[in-house]
Amino acid sequence: MNAVATLRHTRYVLGENPLTVVAFSLFALIVTVAIFGPWIAPYDPIASSASRLQPPSWDHWFGTDHLGRDVFSRVIVATRLDLFIAVSAVALSFVVGSILGCLAGFFGGWTDRIISRCIDTIMAFPLFVLAMGIVAVLGNSVENIIYATAIINLPFYARVARAEISVRRKAGFAAAAKVAGNSDLRVLSMHLYPNILPQMMVQLSLNMGWAILNAAGLSFIGLGVVPPTPEWGIMVAEGAEYIVSGQWWLVFFPGAALMLAVFCFNMMGDGLRDLIDPRRRT
Amino acid sequence: MERRKFLKGAALAAGSAGVLPFLKYIPAAEASSRNAVLVVCVGSGPNSMDIHRVGSNRESYQISVNLYDRLVTHGRRELEDGTFAYDSTVLEPELAESWEFAEDGMSVDFKLRKDATFWDGKPVTAHDVKWSFDRAVGIGGFPTVQMRAGSLEKPEQFIVVDDHTFRIEFLRKSKLTMPDLAVPIPIIINSEVAKQHATDSDPWAAEYLHRTPAGGGAFKLGGWQSGEQVVYERFDDWKSGPLPEVRRVVIREVPSASTRRALVERGDVDVSLDLPPRDAADMAAAGRVRVASVPVENTVHGLGLNMNFEPFRDKRVRQAIAYAIPYQQIFEAAAYEQGLPLYGADSFDPSSIDWPQPFPYNTDYDKSRELLAEAGYADGFQVPLSMSLGLAQWMEPTCLLIQEGLNRIGIRTSIDKIPGANWRSRSLVEKELDLHLTHFGGWLNYPEYYFFWQYVHGHLFNSMNYKNEEIEALVDETLHMEVDHPDYEPKLKRMIEIAMDEVPMIPIWQPSLDVAMQQNIEGYEHWFHRQLDCRTLTKA
Amino acid sequence: MRTSWMVTVGQRLLEALPTLFGIILVTFVLTRSLPGDPAVYFAGPAADAQSIAETRASMGLDQPLPVQFGRYVQNLAQGDWGVSHNTGRPVIEELGRRLPASLELTLLGLLLSMAAAIPLGVLAATRPNSLVDHACRVVVTAGVSMPVFFTGLLLVYVFYYQLGWAPSPLGRLSFMYIEPPKVTGLYLVDSLLAGDFEVFRAALGQIALPAITLALFAMAPIARMTRAAMLGVLGSDYIRTAKASGLAPHTVLFTYALRNALLPVLTTLGMVFSFLLGANVLVEKVFSWPGIGSFAIEALVASDYAAVQGFVLSMALLFVSLNLIIDLLYTLIDPRAGGEAT
Repeated sequence: MNAVATLRHTRYVLGENPLTVVAFSLFALIVTVAIFGPWIAPYDPIASSASRLQPPSWDHWFGTDHLGRDVFSRVIVATRLDLFIAVSAVALSFVVGSILGCLAGFFGGWTDRIISRCIDTIMAFPLFVLAMGIVAVLGNSVENIIYATAIINLPFYARVARAEISVRRKAGFAAAAKVAGNSDLRVLSMHLYPNILPQMMVQLSLNMGWAILNAAGLSFIGLGVVPPTPEWGIMVAEGAEYIVSGQWWLVFFPGAALMLAVFCFNMMGDGLRDLIDPRRRT
Repeated sequence: MERRKFLKGAALAAGSAGVLPFLKYIPAAEASSRNAVLVVCVGSGPNSMDIHRVGSNRESYQISVNLYDRLVTHGRRELEDGTFAYDSTVLEPELAESWEFAEDGMSVDFKLRKDATFWDGKPVTAHDVKWSFDRAVGIGGFPTVQMRAGSLEKPEQFIVVDDHTFRIEFLRKSKLTMPDLAVPIPIIINSEVAKQHATDSDPWAAEYLHRTPAGGGAFKLGGWQSGEQVVYERFDDWKSGPLPEVRRVVIREVPSASTRRALVERGDVDVSLDLPPRDAADMAAAGRVRVASVPVENTVHGLGLNMNFEPFRDKRVRQAIAYAIPYQQIFEAAAYEQGLPLYGADSFDPSSIDWPQPFPYNTDYDKSRELLAEAGYADGFQVPLSMSLGLAQWMEPTCLLIQEGLNRIGIRTSIDKIPGANWRSRSLVEKELDLHLTHFGGWLNYPEYYFFWQYVHGHLFNSMNYKNEEIEALVDETLHMEVDHPDYEPKLKRMIEIAMDEVPMIPIWQPSLDVAMQQNIEGYEHWFHRQLDCRTLTKA
Repeated sequence: MRTSWMVTVGQRLLEALPTLFGIILVTFVLTRSLPGDPAVYFAGPAADAQSIAETRASMGLDQPLPVQFGRYVQNLAQGDWGVSHNTGRPVIEELGRRLPASLELTLLGLLLSMAAAIPLGVLAATRPNSLVDHACRVVVTAGVSMPVFFTGLLLVYVFYYQLGWAPSPLGRLSFMYIEPPKVTGLYLVDSLLAGDFEVFRAALGQIALPAITLALFAMAPIARMTRAAMLGVLGSDYIRTAKASGLAPHTVLFTYALRNALLPVLTTLGMVFSFLLGANVLVEKVFSWPGIGSFAIEALVASDYAAVQGFVLSMALLFVSLNLIIDLLYTLIDPRAGGEAT
């Protein structure tokens, strides 16, 4: 019964918001490419060739780069890594951030003070510079980029969670749940937390994109993924130097892939919000 | 209001109103002196006005070149394409109008120009020269090391004979002493001004001279906002050479290479420096702006093999690697054919003592596999390949292509990008990088000077930890030897022969220094120190 | 009311102290664990072991870490932020010169962004799932989906290189203008104060592209937060009541709904500001903007301890005060959040 209702609701939401349908299809496409990328790519993404800086053609759909590598193959193969970085970093900061934020918002007092001070300490750094510092200290590797991205995203979740919980914790339904004999932790996780999920989801969807953009920024200043591994951010950063001389395809295609992915995450976040928001479900 | 008017007047500047959009507001009547201002854009600027200071960056050398005089300078020669370059074999007067060696050849007397003054009008005397030289050998760090290369080590060597006669007593006879006086280090500082600002803890007035140059060079400092721009103003009473035609030089920092290219292509700046080879090649081909491209003497971009890494101790492995490098591809994709290839020579027996010269290696994977198998590494091995992030422009494509080549003979590499600050310490000081790119260039244009720094064990640029007693003996014997000595050429040939056979460092190409300028800019001169000498530039 | 407000201010200031200490400590540890030996870097290209040792001693790096930290904190307390080894000038002087440049850029970016994003967010929320809503979403998402350095380069390419509308990307003011007399350090403000419209125009021309680059990037979080919050508020019972009681839709939207929706937007603004200061680093690099971001990159690459620490500390001060202001505004707008500290 419940499942049917959910399904109906899903169909209703999707029907009302065509962009969400697009986003979900796009996400499916991205996931497919991420999984099967290496088999789809027509060329070896790291093999150089003598046909350098060729514009898009039948042989090379997205053209070739300064070492004669096929841009199409590189864009395709990069999907997996980019998705992996974004998902792991965001998942990490979402989990840790919401736990910290909820505790701070719910218990207040010293718990709040200590957690808030730690969060403030992170936030007091310009986030991108902090990420630079962390990667500079730990060294260039995919894991370190993920950690750096997770750390700089963490305060976003923590602060939204804290603000939302602290406004709601004295609300009638929370008090009622408490009076009904629920433990603090139960009230927090079963009654308050679902209420703030929509706000968190908006944040989450945005952060997926930011995570990729952050890695791209690190690449731009040379602290990104190690070459020759294809990654959208590095490709855009490398291609940026070629815009002036007219080799637009080096930037355009990985940039478009990057934009599509971020687009997709944003739209999906919105769709998820509509699905989860309890108020709309009634 | 008043200040801006003044600036406009002073900047009247600045170049043809039609060409430079900065100057929209300059009245046409004042545009007559428009050729007096030169606008230059660079990738990064100086961090000090004092080349002797600890931590002064390479970009600070331009201050020394343009704002200060040395005793001597080099002559110039014209290259095939009409570009001028300094002539390492000819010394000419700068502050010293003449010089004379003692009969025993163990000292030299410089006669200083009697009419030369510092910017503040004080005549330049031998006391200033002595103080400046004492400072260079006494302040420590890089200046002291560079002075030592010319056997200039102790203040006692520098003697004031009279106000306009300055003597250097030699510790040993060395052909490096005189050219070492023409490098950017031994500048002549206004010692009276400096002494006024010296303190007990800062006897060399490092704090003052860092911000405020005190010299008598062709240009004075017009303004310096570190990280933004430097402005030179002509010193109208300069006597140590022909008075520069430009009255004012504005040097703007523009970190983005593509913006620098756009600026010069659009005609917004007169000269653009720090060009990536690709942009230089493209612009040279397009022909709208002039690109002076001169191979930097005594400089090699190569691949260093560290002897601390077990497989590299075997000469056959080193040669195998030298045969597995896709040279031509690198020269095309990383150097954009700017500079000179250093591969593909016919013989292991060097026919000349030119340095650098092509090594007898080319891309031959079969031969490479054979050598590797002989050495017992038929299955290859794994090794990190290190590069500097600060030099990624050419190092990254080079590394990627080397990686691909080595992969074909079974040597698997992982590319390790090292931030600029660590690059020096890890590659040159700790010497801990197994397989890494090298980019040493020697200021004094002698092969043995190059070998002294890169092939002698323990020396700074020997990042390979290479040790060869014969090379070391040869360097010792030839370093101070006159070049017309009968032993000189055979010894040098032997030295180069060993380097070719042993290949602890595999040369790939000799880089060029590329400078793009508008067609109306004349008088550009290429220098070993790679800085722009604004004194000779003119704007038609 | 006023006294309790003062108490809150004082309390928040006190609470900021541990954060500040934490920042100083974290930065110190972070900068010291940066790989690379600054002594080697600063000793110059041909230095040998001896000159490196001399350099190390002159930089005080031969002392044990706690001693270095103690000396640093002591100096800070005396207002001495150290000397940047990279530029050879006192860090405080460098920051004083560069901070206004970054602030001007960031603030203008933020203002532009708010001016565009809040109306878009409201518009989208009043007509959820309409074409307008989708269009808004596509616009802001496009902005945030592009890396700032890419947007910046693209704008330079189109508006400077191709069209020639924008001045060359050479920092805050082209060299023929002299900077306006310093009052705030923000050229746009100072030139207006001095009544010098020519310099104002020139400065505006220079700042336009980088500010737009930043604004495009910042629109998404603001617009989305506005939209989400507005949607939440518009769906709430008291708005329904207000509507039902016959208040004009205009009054409902702006007096009741927007006021309440601004709450989460405000929280976001603080984050967006800090976020923009980070993005600034890349934008400054593209536009040769002489701000603290480019200063920080250089310092980080050169392991210039004092400069990195000074940079972070000034950011921290800035951020703590910003947070304080936001917190206080928060209590003004939403009385529910005010009582919690008591």
